[in-house]
Formats: sequence, structure tokens, C-alpha cells
Amino acid sequence: MCLGIPGEVVEIVDSARHLAKVDVVGVRRNVDIGLLEDDGGVVPGDWVLIHVGFAMAKIDEAEAARALEGLQLMGAAYTDEVEAMKSSRIAE
Amino acid sequence: MRFVDEYRDPAAARALVARITELAGDDHFKLMEVCGGHTHTIYRHGIEHVLPSSVELVHGPGCPVCVIPMGRIDDAIAVASTPGVIFTSFGDMMRVPGSTGNLLGAKAMGADVRFVYSPLDALRIAADNPDRPVVFFAVGFETTAPSTAVTLLRARSDGISNFTVFCNHVTIVPPLKAILESPDLRLDGFIGPGHVSTVIGQRPYRFVPEVYRKPLVTAGFEPLDILQAIEMLLLQIRQGRCQVENQYTRCVREDGNPKALAVLAEVFELRPHFEWRGLGFISQSALKLRPEFADWDAELRYSVPGVRIADPKACQCGEVLKGAIKPWECKVFGTACTPETPIGTCMVASEGACAAYYNFGRLHREAAVRVGSRAPVASGAAVPEPA
Repeated sequence: MCLGIPGEVVEIVDSARHLAKVDVVGVRRNVDIGLLEDDGGVVPGDWVLIHVGFAMAKIDEAEAARALEGLQLMGAAYTDEVEAMKSSRIAE
Repeated sequence: MRFVDEYRDPAAARALVARITELAGDDHFKLMEVCGGHTHTIYRHGIEHVLPSSVELVHGPGCPVCVIPMGRIDDAIAVASTPGVIFTSFGDMMRVPGSTGNLLGAKAMGADVRFVYSPLDALRIAADNPDRPVVFFAVGFETTAPSTAVTLLRARSDGISNFTVFCNHVTIVPPLKAILESPDLRLDGFIGPGHVSTVIGQRPYRFVPEVYRKPLVTAGFEPLDILQAIEMLLLQIRQGRCQVENQYTRCVREDGNPKALAVLAEVFELRPHFEWRGLGFISQSALKLRPEFADWDAELRYSVPGVRIADPKACQCGEVLKGAIKPWECKVFGTACTPETPIGTCMVASEGACAAYYNFGRLHREAAVRVGSRAPVASGAAVPEPA
């Protein structure tokens, strides 16, 4: 699904290869942050919109909290997306 | 106000509904959304039953899974069934029916079909299995295409030669144009897609007001976002304005994501035309790999049937995707065609209009009928006559 889920950047895993670890409601996986390199890059503590293993946009923390609440209202579509993300093994 | 109470801020929702009702007045408005996520939100929260009957929502071709024609699924199955191939795919695509079954059926027959969350996971499988050819079934609008593009750039720079992409990415502007050109649809405005817009920005939509004189407001995914976008559309119409507006400013910028657009341009080019379920052939509406990436192009490495398969006679997905009919108006909706036994793609994909309505809408509609009015209204306004 075209769902972008908000997640918090917790660690830059490999800046040359644009990989960062994000936390999405407690699920921690690596994502590619290369699409944000022209936007000043990301640092731990930034919140980003994640879609199929890529950070697509930076969002502020307050907005991220709102988006998460809204997504949780979406029920199964949201939990399915988080479940799918759990299966990801990017850069492990 | 059962459904509005589920919203994060019921008071704000009621205020928006009151404003929308006031703006709509005695006229009737048909607004189309072209984003699977929006279709899902609208059904999930019963937005159609919260709105006054003067505002009708129409669901357009916003689900990139739903618009893939059956013949193309047959092509995917042919590739997946090639001995030795590891065929990777997002979940939704695995259940879409081709002419003789779906990818899950091919898996049951021995094809190595694997679910992946990300194209990078598919690339990882290729790196871990250098002696097996790995194919990634790339599907999605401009939201997803940059991810495939970056994955291909990485395959090239890492020298992973056993990885290819079967590319079925489509772009949002051509079907919007096809809808606007369609004589059987008379729409008053558009709710623009959310996450596609984080990539492409707002400018690509300008042709909608400038050439076709219809307003477009890009919206976020919460029910309040959709309601606010509807309010902005009606306000434009009442004030005689016609422009592209952005309700989703927190995630969408005017210029979109220039880096994502750059990788798209580097890796992909437009196909001269591509067949869309329900809309027929649309020119320049889909992406294929540039010649520089020929070594990673599954369509060049594998021969595919490439046959055009007509939808089953009973299937009305095409009309649903254009917004010409509602899911419940399809003759096989809920009977021969259900999520367990889907005939067409609108029922298979989780963001397809029929699946969304089947899972959420029927209950809300029946509840509204039981309550005795088509739409619950904000306090203070008169109850409308049942539809």
C-alpha cells in the first residue's frame, strides 16, 4: 500500500550508503535516507515518512505524533504495513 | 454522530461538516479522489455518511495494483515460473488474478515467489543468492518508483548482475487527464493524492485548473484532512477561484522531492503507452528502465507472453476505477466477487475501492439506513430526507 509511516531516526548506520536505523512504534529497521540528502540529510532525532524501506520526507515531531494517531485509526492497513516492515532485512 | 466520534477531534470534524454543508447549499457536487490511501480512509471512517448528500465522493484510479491488466499478471507469472527464478513482490500483487490464476497459485505449483517489504530486500536476496536470478515485481505510482530507481542504482554500483526489475510503475497525471477527457464523468473537483505529491510536488497538477477549469486540493490521510480538503474545494468553487491548493503542507512541498525526481529521471523513461485496467491504453503513462539499465530489465531478460487479456465479462472494475459506478453498483460485488474470491483487482488490493467498501462501507451504510437518514448531520441543521 502507498502508506508512508512516520518513524524516528535513531542512528546513522552508514552515511556513505545512506542507511539509517529508524524506530516505528518500537519496530527498529534500517531504511535508505538517500532521497533526503538534498534536504540537509537526517540526524538522530529527526522524524521521517517511511515507504517501502525509504525515507521520503522529513516531518516535524508534532506532526509525526498526529500522523501516527491518524494511522492507528486506519486499523489493519496500518498494522499490516508495520508487520511488513518487520520482515525487512535491509543492511543487516 | 457515531463515526465522527471515532475521529481524533470530533468537534473539529463536526465544525468542518457544518461548514461543508453550508458551502454546498442546494447544489450537488461530485468530487473525485485518486489515491488508494484516501479511498481507504474515506470508507474506513464512513466519511461519505458524515457528509451531506449534496457532496458526493467518487473514487478514481488511485490504486496502482488495481490498474494492472490481467495480461500483465500473466507476464509476471510466466517470469516467476521460469526455472530457477526467485520472484519477489509486494503482498497485494500476489493475489491479483491473471487469466489462469495468481502468483500465489504459481507458488503452490512450485514457483519460488517471495514476499518483500522493500525493493532493497529483493536486492538483498539477489546478493545472498548469486547463483539464482532474482526478479523484483515493481508496482506503484511516483511514491514507490524512486525506491525502485535507487535500488537499481545500487545494483549497478554494487555489481549485482543476477537482479532484474519487472517494471510496472505508472504515473498519476495521464490517468487524471484521461478522466477529465472522459465524456461520461462530470466532476466538480479533485482531492489530490497525498504521498505521490511528496515526490512530484504541486506543479504537475496545474493543468487541472488551467486547462480543465476544475480545482484540486492535495490532502493528507486523516479523516480531518479529507474533510478540510473538501471544504477548501467548495470554498474555491463558491469564491469563483480555480487553483491547485495544498492541505497537506506538513508533508508536501510545492517542488516535491527534487532528489527523488532526479533519480526517477536517471533510471526511467516513459513508455509510449501502457494499458490501464478500465481506462484502456494511455500514452506516456508508465515507466520503463532506460537503455543504460538494460542488464537489470526483466522484460529484456525473459520472454513474456505479452498478451492482452480482456477482463471477465462479469467484471466491472474498469467502471469502478473511472468512478463511473460505485462498488455496490457492480453486479458481482459481494456475491461472486468478494475478498476471498476476487474476480477483479478492485477487490483484491487493500486500497481498491471494492475491498475498502466491502470491509468498511457496507456496515456504515446499513447503519445509516437503520438510523433513518442518509447522513448524520451536525447539530442544529435539519435532518435530510432519506436517499
